[in-house]
Amino acid sequence: MPHYIKLAIIDKDRQLRFWEIFVNMGNSSSQTKYKYGFHEPERYVFKVKKGLNEHVVREISWQKKEPQWMRDKRLQALAFFQKRPLPSWGGNLKTINFDDMYYYIKPTENQSTSWDELPPEIRRTYDRIGIPEAEKKRLLGGVSAQYESEVVYKSIQTSLAKQGVIFLDMDSGLREYPELVRTYFGTIIPTNDNKFAALNTSVWSGGSFIYIPKGVHIKLPLQAYFRINAANMGQFERTLIIADEGSFVHYVEGCTAPIYTTDSLHSAVVEIVVKKGARVRYTTIQNWSNNVYNLVTKRMRVEEEGIGEWIDGNIGSKLTMKYPSCYLVGRRAHGEVLSIAYAEDGQHQDAGGKAIHLASETTSTITSKSISKGTGRTSYRGLLQIVKGAKKSKSKVVCDALLLDEHARSDTYPTMDIAEQHVQVEHEATVTKIGEEQLFYLTSRGLAEDEAAGMIVGGFIEPLVKELPLEYAVEMNRLIRLKMEGSVG
Amino acid sequence: MLAIRNLHVSVHGKEILKGVSLSIKSGEIHVVMGPNGSGKSTLAYALMGHKSYRISDTGYRISDSMSESSNISREVAVASITFDGKDLSELPTDARARLGLFLAFQSPVAIPGVSVGKFLRYLLKLKTSGFQKEEKAASWASSIKETVALNRRLDALAEKLSIKPELLNRSLNDNFSGGEKKKLEALQMLVVQPKIVIVDEIDTGLDVDALKVVAHAVKEVVKSGAGALIITHYQRILKYLHPDRVHVLIGGKLVRSGDAKLARRIEEKGYKEFASLH
Repeated sequence: MPHYIKLAIIDKDRQLRFWEIFVNMGNSSSQTKYKYGFHEPERYVFKVKKGLNEHVVREISWQKKEPQWMRDKRLQALAFFQKRPLPSWGGNLKTINFDDMYYYIKPTENQSTSWDELPPEIRRTYDRIGIPEAEKKRLLGGVSAQYESEVVYKSIQTSLAKQGVIFLDMDSGLREYPELVRTYFGTIIPTNDNKFAALNTSVWSGGSFIYIPKGVHIKLPLQAYFRINAANMGQFERTLIIADEGSFVHYVEGCTAPIYTTDSLHSAVVEIVVKKGARVRYTTIQNWSNNVYNLVTKRMRVEEEGIGEWIDGNIGSKLTMKYPSCYLVGRRAHGEVLSIAYAEDGQHQDAGGKAIHLASETTSTITSKSISKGTGRTSYRGLLQIVKGAKKSKSKVVCDALLLDEHARSDTYPTMDIAEQHVQVEHEATVTKIGEEQLFYLTSRGLAEDEAAGMIVGGFIEPLVKELPLEYAVEMNRLIRLKMEGSVG
Repeated sequence: MLAIRNLHVSVHGKEILKGVSLSIKSGEIHVVMGPNGSGKSTLAYALMGHKSYRISDTGYRISDSMSESSNISREVAVASITFDGKDLSELPTDARARLGLFLAFQSPVAIPGVSVGKFLRYLLKLKTSGFQKEEKAASWASSIKETVALNRRLDALAEKLSIKPELLNRSLNDNFSGGEKKKLEALQMLVVQPKIVIVDEIDTGLDVDALKVVAHAVKEVVKSGAGALIITHYQRILKYLHPDRVHVLIGGKLVRSGDAKLARRIEEKGYKEFASLH
């Protein structure tokens, strides 16, 4: 079972440092055997000054040698961004200083770093995830790089290419498949959909571009992990997935390890087209450092008998506002959102999901699980809309909140807009405090209090964790245990 | 050995136990009987160290000279819970459990999302590793073999208690029947192999078959050297367990102690005759 660990750091000198480690816990002998593949840290410098204006946007487009239509789109998006006010709902966005921010970075050849330069909390987490001391030195010293993951990546690319699958970073996608990109880019999330989608459209960089041909089923999850450059890790990444008729893909992005960055804003856009009878599952696990505003727009259009699924885990950031949506445009289309949010001191997770039923016999499920600890705050915000004529549609919305402390806070803002009578809609919401009785029960069996709390929280998020690929599930459980240490008593 | 002396316990400022003394030796079964509200469950929770059940200051103080000259008066006056000579009163619940105390709950709380099987394996690992944290307890290489062995042992124990294997896949105590809950408590007891078992309201909501199973499990741990404190309202359980001592708890005090005959008298005449004693 390979175990992946990814670490990306953008430090105050604007150097992006990015390691990818995969640990292969083989069992060929009775001894535990580790294999490492890793990447030498990449270093980036910027060409663009702080702040956002037309010049900056033109510069980005010029650097990337983009076609005119994309440059025009960026400029149009900039105008929308500048014109639109900040949303008055959700979390507090007033503290974002858009002028004190870089909007584009470009790679250089230089590299150098050391383990000691990492912030202590990140080092601690990596210690706990289990990179042995000697290996850390080896990893960071850049001795005898093995680039195993590159090899794995290439062999996967070859097999995907044979099936006609396109799996590229978005910049390369635009270069190599300009017409395909042009056909779909911005059609699911229009440029002026919201202020942050407009911002992303004007300055986007990186992200993934995926096309799955008709009837092709990709059995293994496609992992952004295999993308070995910083392109996926940008602040403003843009992802576009097109699943042609009857195809299947599971895309996984992010990782449980904390992503430390001095950039205070992450604003991505993910657009997905699920054609007739196709199925797309998109899994995100994100653990940004707690200075980051994580404002992401994610939307799928699901055609007839297609299935679109979002699995979305938000552990880090200062403020997350993210509501993955499914637009069910074809008969019997199905949409699913499974969202989990964890907020501790000073964090606000404003997350949820949207299901828009635009055709008959469409079905959707939104499940939200949130955990608040210390002064952490979680909000569920969701929209369920069933338009007139979307007969025999069904939807179920479940929001469960778990509070670990007296001061923790959880709110739900469910909106339902049902214009059709012949539908079936269920809504359930629960708020639970981590029970003194639960802790007493488990500690009476010899578990330490923080272990007990970890077990209770682990049980609470089990419905999500069991949907994750194995290595993510393992990491997720470890992370929760780690978060619970010293949390009670 | 568990020794309770002059135990006073308050819950939310109200004194419930008003000086309970009791000693349980290895291999002994003690039964505490009493009407509702007499403080039986309070005794169980206080012994296990529930935070809301505070051992209150008795107010009794004895001078040094007295304690030197008279051991007897000291034992009576000073409140303490000791186990094998160790003072438990300041220890948190998990530390008491690690020393060998076990409480079988009257109505164990549900832990959704945590499967019974996973939980029992965790307990077994905890126990076999001498209560090291799980991740330190086993290396990767040995864990598959270990897991297989653990599963076999759990299956055998479950079968012994006629627990359906499906139960092991469900969430801990979640939507369990009364009988299932009690049987699972008994199963955990066999997994943990405690030195002192406290069974709270053993026969409430239990059919005869389940009662026999639970009683059998208690007998088994007692046979292997544990002491047992059985808390009950009725004497039905005593058909299946033979107590060494029976204590009557009324109004927060043990008003009478005796052998199994005492239980039979309560069955016939009720608690009325003891009501005036507290």
